[in-house]
Amino acid sequence: MGHVLAVVIDGIIYSSWLFIIAVGLTLIYGVMKILNLAHGSFYALGAYAAASLVGRWLSAGRAPFGSYAMLILAAILVGLVVGPLIERGLLRFMYGKDEIVLVLVTYAVFLILEDAIKLVWGVDAYFVSEPYGLLGSLSIAGLTYPVYSAALVVVSLLVGAAFALALKRTRQGKLLTAVIQDREISAAMGIDVRRVYLVTFTLGTMLAATGGALTAPTVSVVPGMGVEVIVLAFAVVVIGGLGSFAGAALGSLIVGMVRSAAVHYLPAVELFSVYAVMAVVLIARPKGLFRALEARKI
Amino acid sequence: MARPIPLFEGLAILAIASAAGAQQPAGAEVKPVKIGIVTFLSGAAAGPFGVPARNGAELLVEAINAGSLPPPYATKGFGGAPLSLAFIDEAGGTTKQVSEYRDLVQRQNVDVVVGYISSGDCLAVAPVAEELKKLTVLFDCGSPRIFEDASYQYVFRTDAHAAMDSVGAALYVTELKPGLKKIAGINQNYAWGQDSWNDFESAIKALKPAVETTTSQMPKLLSGQYGAEISALLSGDPDVVHSSFWDGDLEAFVLQAAPRGVFAKSTVILTAGETAMARLGAQIPDGTVIGARGPHGVYAPDNQLNRWLRKAFFDRYGVAATYPAYHMAQALLGLKTAYEKAGSGAGQEKVIAALEGSSFETPSGTIRMALAKGHQAIEETVYGTTKTVKGQVTVVNVKRYPAEVVNPPEGMKTQDWIKASLKRTK
Repeated sequence: MGHVLAVVIDGIIYSSWLFIIAVGLTLIYGVMKILNLAHGSFYALGAYAAASLVGRWLSAGRAPFGSYAMLILAAILVGLVVGPLIERGLLRFMYGKDEIVLVLVTYAVFLILEDAIKLVWGVDAYFVSEPYGLLGSLSIAGLTYPVYSAALVVVSLLVGAAFALALKRTRQGKLLTAVIQDREISAAMGIDVRRVYLVTFTLGTMLAATGGALTAPTVSVVPGMGVEVIVLAFAVVVIGGLGSFAGAALGSLIVGMVRSAAVHYLPAVELFSVYAVMAVVLIARPKGLFRALEARKI
Repeated sequence: MARPIPLFEGLAILAIASAAGAQQPAGAEVKPVKIGIVTFLSGAAAGPFGVPARNGAELLVEAINAGSLPPPYATKGFGGAPLSLAFIDEAGGTTKQVSEYRDLVQRQNVDVVVGYISSGDCLAVAPVAEELKKLTVLFDCGSPRIFEDASYQYVFRTDAHAAMDSVGAALYVTELKPGLKKIAGINQNYAWGQDSWNDFESAIKALKPAVETTTSQMPKLLSGQYGAEISALLSGDPDVVHSSFWDGDLEAFVLQAAPRGVFAKSTVILTAGETAMARLGAQIPDGTVIGARGPHGVYAPDNQLNRWLRKAFFDRYGVAATYPAYHMAQALLGLKTAYEKAGSGAGQEKVIAALEGSSFETPSGTIRMALAKGHQAIEETVYGTTKTVKGQVTVVNVKRYPAEVVNPPEGMKTQDWIKASLKRTK
């Protein structure tokens, strides 16, 4: 029983981490129809910015608990600077082009940002592990878990709840839903689609950076760290259905649980398990679990 | 996705080459030896592995060209021939590395390739080296399969393979914990990780047949998140946890596992842990068993070459030399020995003949090309246990294992040797 509980807890923690990253990817696709390969770089930028800010904060001898504020500040800064820069400076010139062209454009952005990271931060690793251990640990089912992991779950729940409420209960959310449904009709009805795109891309960037900033204390922040993440995040949104928030949540949960069960019971198939699930889902529902089938437009 | 040589490295190459040229007397026409160096210059492995190796190459080649190395290497160049370097980034996977290798040999016309940290890259490149008939020295990768599953004429490896690390680790922990009952492992899911774990588990079971394996975790290289794996390790309550993790994975594992009590509940042995000592410092918990893939870094012997390397490396780069720099030194000094034994202006075939079965001095002691018909090195190995002293991580309870004890004999595969003979070596 204790073992099963450990599988569930590990699965939930991993799912939460994945959801924070994947929800930004699905948001950008849902609204803008862009498969954003640069999402992994935004995640890495969040991690680097967090490492720099937390490092400066702690080396200045300030209160260690303030490092959590630095993690959040890093995500906000990356979102507010990089998101508008790329959306206004590059992507807006590409709207209306084929989705494949936009994939290639974001891939180019990904490559540019990977090199930009190396130029700014070098190739050496950064460590900011203090926030990871600062909150202490708790014992569940005979295993020790850092409270930081529980905080990660809380953050992902807050992100999910905020999205659900914003989309259903706020005017801006309803406008966003309208743009997701039909961009042209929304524009004809007077919605400022350009502004919606800008806000969406900034929010998506901020979410990726949040994932990176919250991951920074648990890893060595190194060049290339965004590559692995983007592959997993794509698996999640493909399982859930591209552009679906509920799909991103369910996809994260499925991937997290399957991976956790594989690690505990059959470690040899851990790598294979996530992609096996993705293949099975795509065979049964080619558009993912939560994406409605579209009528063919003639 | 070919990676061009960055400006900084390009300038470094020119500087080294021109410095080398400046050493030649006017009118002398000694053909330079162009060496292609392949090491991680980007990605997670760059900081702890690739860059120290590149720095080691840069430092050694400058000293060789200047003739400023301590004896027995106080002569200039390779038998008077100056050296020039062409650096290639090892990041990008095996397919890219095969392309880069062909480019180095066929377009850049290097005389010798020294490279490869990743065992996957070594396994991919070795057959291509044979096809192109180009002298290639593998300087750091560890998979025993390179020479145990194939035979090469043009390929050498001047560091010992992973059997040494795994068998040395097994000997150390069985001596440290005579009552050892349960082991577990977390290793990367590719050639190096799988071979390391298989050899360690086999060696432990040869030494102590009743030992049980609670779990063998094989996460993907660079996966970064080990929450579930750490739970699986903790659940089995093993006496010893073995890991051959390296690069950012090693550091992430230590950062995630230490707060969860893995290091407190079990003795953790990190066979490539020496590269993280300076970077993580006291974040590596006391009592962790650390390897350096041979007598390198903190375990290097007190000889003249090592004193030179330690000082020159620290003075130049501001950090201590770790084992990738030592492995690079082994490759370059092995080549210098071979080129000079072959004689001035000797062709590649004579250099290969001179390197086969040779012995040469290095900052890590004597290296002997004793396996795979003289193409695979053996060396002693060393393990110790971490202890933090005044905020600095140090090693205590250091044990050295002679090369013959931790390496299989010529003509015998590692697994066969472990199963058949290891008990007798104890």
